[in-house]
Amino acid sequence: MTLIDVQGLSKFYGSHAAVRDVSFKIKEGEIIGLLGLNGAGKSTILKILGSFLLPSAGQASMAGFSVEFDADRVRELIGYLPDRPPLYEEMKVVPYLRFVAKLKNIPHDQIEQRIAEVLRKTNLEDVAWKCLGELSHGFRQRAGIAQALIHNPRIIILDEPINGLDPVQIVEMRDLILSLRGKHTVILSSHILSEITKTCDRILIIDKGQLIAEGKESELESTFVTTMRIVAEVQGDVNIPSLKAIKGVRHVEVAKKIDAQKMGVSVSVVTLECEGDVRAQIAKNIVDSGADLLAMGREGNGLEAVFMNLVQASKKTVGKSNGVKHA
Amino acid sequence: MRKTWQIASRDLGAFFSTWMGYVIVAASLMITGLLFNSYALGNDPKLSAEVLADFFYFASGISMVAGVFLAMRLMAEERQMGTLVLLFSSPISERQIIYGKFLSAFIFSMILQVVSLYMPALVMVHGKISIGHIAAGYLCLSLLGASTIAITLFASTMAPNQLVAAVGGSFLTVIFLTLWMLAKVVDQPFRDVFEWLSIHSEHFVPFSNGLVNLKDVVFYLGLIVFFLECSTRTLVGRRCQG
Repeated sequence: MTLIDVQGLSKFYGSHAAVRDVSFKIKEGEIIGLLGLNGAGKSTILKILGSFLLPSAGQASMAGFSVEFDADRVRELIGYLPDRPPLYEEMKVVPYLRFVAKLKNIPHDQIEQRIAEVLRKTNLEDVAWKCLGELSHGFRQRAGIAQALIHNPRIIILDEPINGLDPVQIVEMRDLILSLRGKHTVILSSHILSEITKTCDRILIIDKGQLIAEGKESELESTFVTTMRIVAEVQGDVNIPSLKAIKGVRHVEVAKKIDAQKMGVSVSVVTLECEGDVRAQIAKNIVDSGADLLAMGREGNGLEAVFMNLVQASKKTVGKSNGVKHA
Repeated sequence: MRKTWQIASRDLGAFFSTWMGYVIVAASLMITGLLFNSYALGNDPKLSAEVLADFFYFASGISMVAGVFLAMRLMAEERQMGTLVLLFSSPISERQIIYGKFLSAFIFSMILQVVSLYMPALVMVHGKISIGHIAAGYLCLSLLGASTIAITLFASTMAPNQLVAAVGGSFLTVIFLTLWMLAKVVDQPFRDVFEWLSIHSEHFVPFSNGLVNLKDVVFYLGLIVFFLECSTRTLVGRRCQG
């Protein structure tokens, strides 16, 4: 069931288009990642979906309610965490959540129960009676999530939720976002590719205010990644001509190294540049040639390659249309 | 109304959970006390009603200054701290936000009026004045304070930070305060218009002498509602523009 429907959405600041003709649909229960460089227009799209920024053109609806004309209904449906958590520094965590709960129309007799629930879910119980201004960045971010969850919204919008967090906090935040799967529809924006890969069901790539690609990571990869670097660690002789003969393999490089665990044993590191995913054929070829295949994997993140390809292509398109040649 | 009160009660709490509220109360009480002793009571013999009129005269100035300090942070601070997003993404109208903010500052200014009541009470105990005279004076101080709060709230809605809000609010208040001077140098019908728009002279004097004219009350209420609605429209516009 489509929960969020965006059609031809544009937002102009003067003559500058922050968002231009963006359309997409999001089903109930999905975790969607909005991926783009800084200034790509991600936050503007999220603000419009949050119903506190009106679009210049186009429509967006949440559960059938227009963000423009049914703003109050939309605001009841969503929980929103901006890139900077909206915290009143002088307030303590529990009174703050109580204030937000009242703003979000939670019935009076359910407020304390909801506060206890979100404190548990966001691991804020230990700092429940501390001033928000005294909390560390990670706890502030959690308090921001807590305010977004307090009214158990159908849709949760998280703008750069892992910005500025340390590695441990990133893992905790990731687990928290994954725990929302199924119960809520989540839209999160980030420019950190690995986090989008780990948390999202589907990815929307935004560049210069336009939606340039959307789909699951694997779909994007198969559509947009034409070359792949595969690295294999091989013990024994490597038959380079037979590797080169595999259909799709464009280039093969071999380097020798001494395996630290097996003292004195030489291991070949084979790097292959291929068109498409031919890992199965490569593995079979190495094993058939009598060598031992110790490890094999693709180099770099698939999404990274997709993103870089798309952004480069977008730059070239703009360059051509402007008569500018990009390197 | 419930949402308006939620905004008001949170902001009222914020006045007392920071140094701001206490400093405003302390400074206001100290200056009022000093002026009461040196200016209203003075060294020359005076009628009690004159002492009270003088008290209301300088208390009106303090009420306006306090109004600027109370209202400058109301919206500008929300923008500076990034908390306006919380209000904008909640099911609450711009009007409820503005009226809630106004209510918090107005209640705080009423607290300031209440703690200064001991001065007219002293005049009452040691002289001969009516409760009606005191009530009329305090009604005017409240209306004048509320007008300044509404004017500065409008500036705070437009300003990027509290300092600009304070400067903008003071500037607008001074304009409304000094319109009577302009009225003296222009011809009719502008003379009457400027005199009528001046927030202090023509509308204030009857109150300080214990007279309550309905037209003066309506003037202050109209001014307050006008600036609150201007603030609401500005906030709606900000939502459109982002």
